[in-house]
Formats: sequence, structure tokens, C-alpha cells
Amino acid sequence: MELQAVLMAAGGGSRMMDLTYNTPKPLLPVGNKPLIWYPLNLLERVGFEEVIVITTKEVQKMISTDPKVKLDVKMKLDLVCIQEDADMGTADALRHIQQKVKTDVLVVSCDLITDAALHEVVDLFRAHNATLSMLMSKAHEFTETVPGQKGKKKTGEQRDFVGVDGTGKRLLFMANEADLDEGVVIRKSIMRKHPRMHIKTGLVDAHLYCLKKSVVDFLADNKSISSIRGELVPYLVRKQFSKSTNSPKVIDETHQNLKKNDSNVNLEIQISSRDEELLHLTQERSCWNDHRGDMSDAYHGGRLRCYVHIMDEGICYRVNTLAAYIEANRLAPKLFDEPAVHPSAVVSERCLIGADSIIGASCQISDKTSIKRSTIGVSTTVREKVKVTNSIIMHGVTIEEGCNIQGSVICSNAVIGRGADIKYCLVGSAQRIEPDGEHTTMSKACSA
Amino acid sequence: MADCGEPDGPGNKDDIARSKNEGKELTKEEKQRLRKQKKQQKKHKERKNEKGPSETEKDETPVSLLPPPPPVATQKAPSALPAPASAPIPVPASAPFHSSPAPSPADKPAKSKAELKAERRARQETDRAAKQPGSSSSGIKTKVPLSELNPVVKRLPEHVQVDDPAVVKRLAKKLERQQIPLRSDYGYKVSLFSHLHQYSRKAPLTQLLSIPSTVIHPSIVRLGLQYSQGIVAGSNARSVALLHAFKQVIRDYTTPPNEELSRDLVNKLKPYISFLNQCRPLSASMGNAIKYIKKEISNIPSQCKEEEAKTKLLKCIDRYIEEKIVLAAKAISKYAIEKISDGDVILVYGCSSLVNHILCEAFEKSRKFRVIVVDSRPRLEGREALRRLVQRGISCTYVLISALSYILPEVSKVFLGAHALLANGYVMSRVGTSQIALVARTFNVPVLVCCETYKFCERVQTDSFVSNELDDPDDLMVTRKGKTQLENWQDVSSLGLLNLVYDVTPPDFVDLVITDLGMIPCTSVPVVLRVKNLDQ
Repeated sequence: MELQAVLMAAGGGSRMMDLTYNTPKPLLPVGNKPLIWYPLNLLERVGFEEVIVITTKEVQKMISTDPKVKLDVKMKLDLVCIQEDADMGTADALRHIQQKVKTDVLVVSCDLITDAALHEVVDLFRAHNATLSMLMSKAHEFTETVPGQKGKKKTGEQRDFVGVDGTGKRLLFMANEADLDEGVVIRKSIMRKHPRMHIKTGLVDAHLYCLKKSVVDFLADNKSISSIRGELVPYLVRKQFSKSTNSPKVIDETHQNLKKNDSNVNLEIQISSRDEELLHLTQERSCWNDHRGDMSDAYHGGRLRCYVHIMDEGICYRVNTLAAYIEANRLAPKLFDEPAVHPSAVVSERCLIGADSIIGASCQISDKTSIKRSTIGVSTTVREKVKVTNSIIMHGVTIEEGCNIQGSVICSNAVIGRGADIKYCLVGSAQRIEPDGEHTTMSKACSA
Repeated sequence: MADCGEPDGPGNKDDIARSKNEGKELTKEEKQRLRKQKKQQKKHKERKNEKGPSETEKDETPVSLLPPPPPVATQKAPSALPAPASAPIPVPASAPFHSSPAPSPADKPAKSKAELKAERRARQETDRAAKQPGSSSSGIKTKVPLSELNPVVKRLPEHVQVDDPAVVKRLAKKLERQQIPLRSDYGYKVSLFSHLHQYSRKAPLTQLLSIPSTVIHPSIVRLGLQYSQGIVAGSNARSVALLHAFKQVIRDYTTPPNEELSRDLVNKLKPYISFLNQCRPLSASMGNAIKYIKKEISNIPSQCKEEEAKTKLLKCIDRYIEEKIVLAAKAISKYAIEKISDGDVILVYGCSSLVNHILCEAFEKSRKFRVIVVDSRPRLEGREALRRLVQRGISCTYVLISALSYILPEVSKVFLGAHALLANGYVMSRVGTSQIALVARTFNVPVLVCCETYKFCERVQTDSFVSNELDDPDDLMVTRKGKTQLENWQDVSSLGLLNLVYDVTPPDFVDLVITDLGMIPCTSVPVVLRVKNLDQ
């Protein structure tokens, strides 16, 4: 077996608490499918047959019992539960399943919606025998107004600085603005080996990583690393250029003095493989070099290599904020070609449904309603003379007559009273909006 | 009209004249023998090809090695006998076989003229039907001499028949059976080379495979990727990488129940080899390595336990690499160093791992010499050779191949590496090598080719058109000052980009071949092959 897929679905969605306080993030409906369906569909399309899904007990219960949450994937899902309150990072979760990991892993986050060609990422991993290979995409501006947010969008997002070499594939430098005190500090050893580095900001990290098995074993020994994105990836990127991994010692004797707390040595031992001499002979005889201009061999003799594939076009979203959630709902229908109006929905003839709206199963849409650029969830009832524009209506919602809903997000099982006028609002789960209410730009999440 | 050579036997005009003067008896017998052989050939062909008569107007006797040019092709067979014989035939002097399927009308056998003509016509119809367009030239060349030796006709390899839809369909079916995706050709192919594959590096084969590859072993997928991206390039490196991947395959192999390892493992390797062939056409050294492995696997006795068999195979592979590549390099450098004297100016071309090894060893043995590295686009492999030599401390000069005739007056010896040595003594190497050998011959500079014996192959080729490799044409595009002139080359209908990889050098230009068996002249290659076959 070449690669094992691991799906991280235990995240809490801390940046959109309004949506996730009742529904766990992996099960939030996007285009009437649970969020977790998208990465699973991506893995299935590419050809995986089994996935290890790391999730919380609550999600596992909902997946198995709730009939509305349909995961129609044909793959075998191996659900591993972790405690919700254990506050486990993604790296901790990997350590937790270390016994199940038998080969290299492909780690995917449950909030990734993309149509990327995964073979580009995996080809970099295979061809260069890389330790880490990841996917990034040029960020797109979100154009929709976010409900419940007054004023302009906060620009509090910390920037990521990503340094790549001339080909745009080798990852040389990665740091988050939060970790840098005054300026970007780049070591001289990197500049000596790669004098031309392109530093990019404004890239979205898709949280899709191909990791060698030795990295998972390394994590088991180093319990201090708890997040893949926050700690492991910058560590690996830094380690490419550290002195110990570049020394030509052949380390596969076991009688070497191993210091358990010296993590550098551990990682290097684990990288070396069988038949190292043959690989070395191949590289020696091959007339290829990944860089030119200096006297060093291919890869500068380094054995730890990190690669990144940066997507120019295509959809790549991480649904971890409200704005991203809304954007994803607009674009998600492009990723699958099911009919916009579900066949089991009861749609009366005198209603206007725009071409880019999605109507879920078992809906009831009455006369004289107008639905434009919106998503209507499963089992929703929409009464007469309702105008829904630019909104996301989740499952089980009841919208009484004469309502006007614009640019809003209505969570599951909410009830919008008759004649309510809702603009750019976020209505939480099972909330009631009283009839003839007028609400603009507010977020009614929990009942006060 | 009477100008047709005999297809076999005495192959030149003198003999025909002689035989004409001697009497009709000799020629009659020869013709009868000829006819018998043709009948046998036809039978074999019919058995092989169920195809109906093709619609081509092409002559069945296109002796020229170019695909028959249209003016010749429009003539029908019976009257066109003399025409192809006098058509532009770039056949090198070594094998002047002309394949006219029938004796010239001037010589009359015992049968009546009409009968003979009818027979001839029938034979020509079937020959034409059996032949495929575009492959006829080389087919004739290899088929006719072989019919002398044994009646079995060798099949043309599929990778030189790409413009024949029947062959392509057969290949597609075979790949489908082995569950390997078919890689599609890219871009406009120059008409002289339309019978070869041309792939794009931007469309790897892996995008059609499932990602955790189950059909093909992961190390083979990795190897295929490294081949197609050029990360593993060079005959020796490719063979070593191939054997390394096979070691992983053998390690992970388990015999299914009711199967024998010796037969099942060989069957398992077949789809992998097809996959690697799709990624990049196999080299001659890789072909020999594969033959060796298959032989070793089939020679495993059936009562051998699986673990034992696997360790034996792994040891065999290690021994093969050690003997044929590592030790051979040592032996070759020992012989070659005798030929390098102090004060020499040595010219090398491109990046040959063996030649670099020789030069580094010679430098270590304190020979005083300097090196001129000749490089060519688009690969620019010479830069890598330059780096390796300068790293050791050898003083080097670097030129492009266009400056060859300017620096050759300074050169005392030329050392060339080889991709393969063909059975007729021709050297197949990186494109540009034959130019270097030609110009060196003009300047009377000795040319020495260094080649291990495991690269000797039984193929016979006298030109670079018949069997070659077409690399990605987009490699020829170069961006200077932000502008790429050839960016939209596909839109220009009359423009074709050709990126050849190999060419063949005739043995007249090569003075010596240094192999691990010693220093031999180029024409002794068949002897080595014969001895090798006897050994095995």
C-alpha cells in the first residue's frame, strides 16, 4: 500500500461559533451536503478505498444514527474517536493513531473544499522522495457580505510567509506573522544554497499534507509537537537546512549513542531507508541536478525535503470562518453535478427558483415564492409569498408567509414568523423570529 | 527497367551481369529458391496478420528508409519495381539489400511469362496487404536478411509503429488488460518521426492512475515518475534505479496459492514494465537487465521455498549491479587510463557517468590533462559534467557544440559515452555524438567510446530515424528577457518542434571501444554478443 488517508474531523470550528455551537463543524451543511462529504468525495474520486476518520464521539453518533446526515461514500470509513475536551491538536491525533499507520499518510482536514488535482501533490512526494508535500492555493477575496457583522471585515487574520525556490515547488521557508517579532529572519545557510527565493503571502494553506511514515514515528517520540500546521510543518521546513541532517554519516547501526531527547538524530535515523547505497549510486550516476550555479550535488546532499504545490486556478476553500462558509455555499454546487432541485422536493408551479439555487430533499415550496442564489436545506417548509435572496437556509427550517430574507444564514430547525424581514442576519439553531420582525445585520444565535 | 538487384544472394549489379552472362541456369535456380522463400515468408505473414488488404497506395518495396515520398508511392507495384530501386536510397553501404519481391522481367525462367507475372502480382498483393505503412522500410531491412537465415520473421517493436492505428489499438488493448492507462501523444510530430511517440512532461501518467496505486507497486510508480521528469537520467542510473525498484517489488511479493513463484513473478513484472515503457521508452541497458532478471526468476527451482527464493533473487540483483556496472566501470577506467597521457586535451560530450568516472580516476592517478566539455541544447547536460569535473579539481573548458570545429585543433583525444552498442558496430548515444565523431575524424583526432558490455544489444540500426526517442517539444522553448518566442508554436500549422534524444554513429568514425572485456574495435561487437549468449 502506498498511502493511507487520514481525515481530521475533530476540530471545533472555533472561528464560527455561531454556526457550530449546535451542529459540529464536520456536519455543517454546505450545498445541502455535510461539510465532511467534500474531502471524502475528493479522496474517493482520486481512488482511495479506505479512510481513517478522526472525530469526536458526537460526530460519530450523528453520522451513524441521523438519517439526514447521509454520507453516501463507498469507501470504508474507520472512525476513531477522541475525547472532545482533551484539546488534542492534529499532531496529537496522529500520534494517537500511530499504530494504525503502516505507510506514508495523506492528512486532510474536514473543512477543505477543493477540486485540486491531488496527483500534483502526491507526484512531488513520490518523485523527489520528499518528507513532506503540501497543497496551497492563491487566496481569493470574499465578495459576499457576511451576515451578523457590522462594518468592514476585520483584517485580523495573521499572514503566512511562504518561501519557495525558483521552480516554485521546493518549500524553503514558512513562518506565521504571529511567530515573528520584528521582521522575517532567514538563515544564511538557506540563502547560500538557494540564493533566489520567492516569498509569498496571501496563500491559503489547504491543510492537505503527505507525510512520510518516519514523521509519524518521530511524532510518537516527540510529544511536544501538538499541531501539524502550527508546529510540525515549520519544524520540518527548518530541519531541511540544519547541519545534522546534512552530514553524510550513514546511520543505520543500532549501537550508536542515541540521546532520547535529541530529536534531530531521531528524525535522521528514521529517514534512511533500505538499499540506501543503491539510491546513492543512482543519484551519483544520474545527470540531473535540482539547482545549478554551485558545486553541490542534487538537493545539496540533504535528505529531508519539503515540497509544496501552489494552485493557480481552481476552487480551494477552507471553511473555518463564516465568510468562507458562505462563499463555499455559492461555489459548492459546481463540484458535483446533481440537479439543483432535488427530485423529492415539492415545488409548486408558481414559484420562481433561480438557476443557481439549490433545493434540498423533501422540501415544500409554496406558491409565489422567489428564491434566488440561495440554498434551501432538507425538509424545509417555505410558505407563500416568501422572497429568499442570497441566503443559506439549513435543514428543517420553517419560513412562514410573506417573509423577506436577504443575505442571511438561517440555521437548522429555526422558525421565521410571518412577514418577518431579515437582512444580513445570522439566525441560530432552533431560534424563533417573531412575526413582522425587522432585523438587519444582527446575529441571533442563542436565546438571551 | 531492368535495374533491379537480386534481393538476396549476390546483392550487387556486378553479380547480376555476371549471372546473365553465365547463363540462365544459375539465375533460374536462384529464382526458384527465392520463390520458395517468399512463399514461406508469405505464409508466416498471413498467419501473423489477419488484416485485409490495406488501402494504401504505398509501394510495397520502398527501399528508402524515409517513409515513401508521395510521388513514388502513387505508382502501383508491378510497374514500380525499378522505380524504388533508383529512388533516393540513403542506404549505407554496409547492407545493400534491395527487396524486390520478384526477379526482373528480363530474366525468363522455365515458366511462361504470363504465369510468372501472375504469380508475381499475387505475391506482391499479399506482401502489400501484409505490410503496414511507415514501417515497411525498416521491416524490409530486417526481414529479408533474416529470411536467409531462418524463416521466422521478427516482429517490429510497437514503439516504432505509432502511426499505424492497428498497432496502436493492439497496444491499447494490451494496456487495458494489464490495467495501465494509455499515455496520449502530444503536439504535432515532424513527419519523418511520426512513427514514434511524443509525450508531454506536463501530462504525467499518474494523473490517470488512482493515488494509492494498487495495480502498480508504489516503487515502480515512483520510478516511472522519476524517468518521465528526468530526475533519473543516463543509461547506468536508469538501470540501477530499475533494479532497485525490482528489489522492492520482490521483497513485497507473496506467492498466491496454487501458483509458482518462478512463473507468477514474471507475470507480475510484465505490467510494471509496460508502465515504465509508457513513462519513458526503455533503454537498451534496461532491456538487458530485465532479460537477466526474468531468466533468473524462471530458473528458480519449484521446490525452493519463497523466502529462500527471494533472498536468492535479491542477491542476484546485487551481484549483477556489482559486476556489470560498478566493477565494469573500474575495469574500463583501468584500460582507459592507459590511453590518457600527460599533457592530453580530452574532449567529452554531455554527461556520461562512465566518462566522468574515468576522468576522475585518471586525475587521481596524477595524470596531467585538461578537459573540454561540449554541451548542447536543450538538455544542457554538459553543465552537470562540468560541475563534477571541476569539483574534483580538473581544469575544464566549456563550449557549445556549435563551436566544435573551432576547438578541435586543440584536442588530442575524444572520449564518448554510449547509450547502447548495436550489433553492427554502430554506437547509439546522445544526439550530437555522431557530429562530434564526424568532425573529430575530419581533424584526425582519435575517438574512443567507453561502454560496458551489458549495454550491447542485438538490434541493428544504421540511421537515427528508424528507432529513436522524441522528448517533450516544449523543452525547446526558451524564455529570454521575459519573452518566449515559441510560446504559441502549436498555432502555426507549418511549424513542428523536434526534440530528438539519440543518434547513431557509424563504426568508421570510432577508433576504439573500451569495454570491461578490453579494448576492441567497433566491429567486434557481434563477437562479444555471441560469446555472451554462449555463456548464458
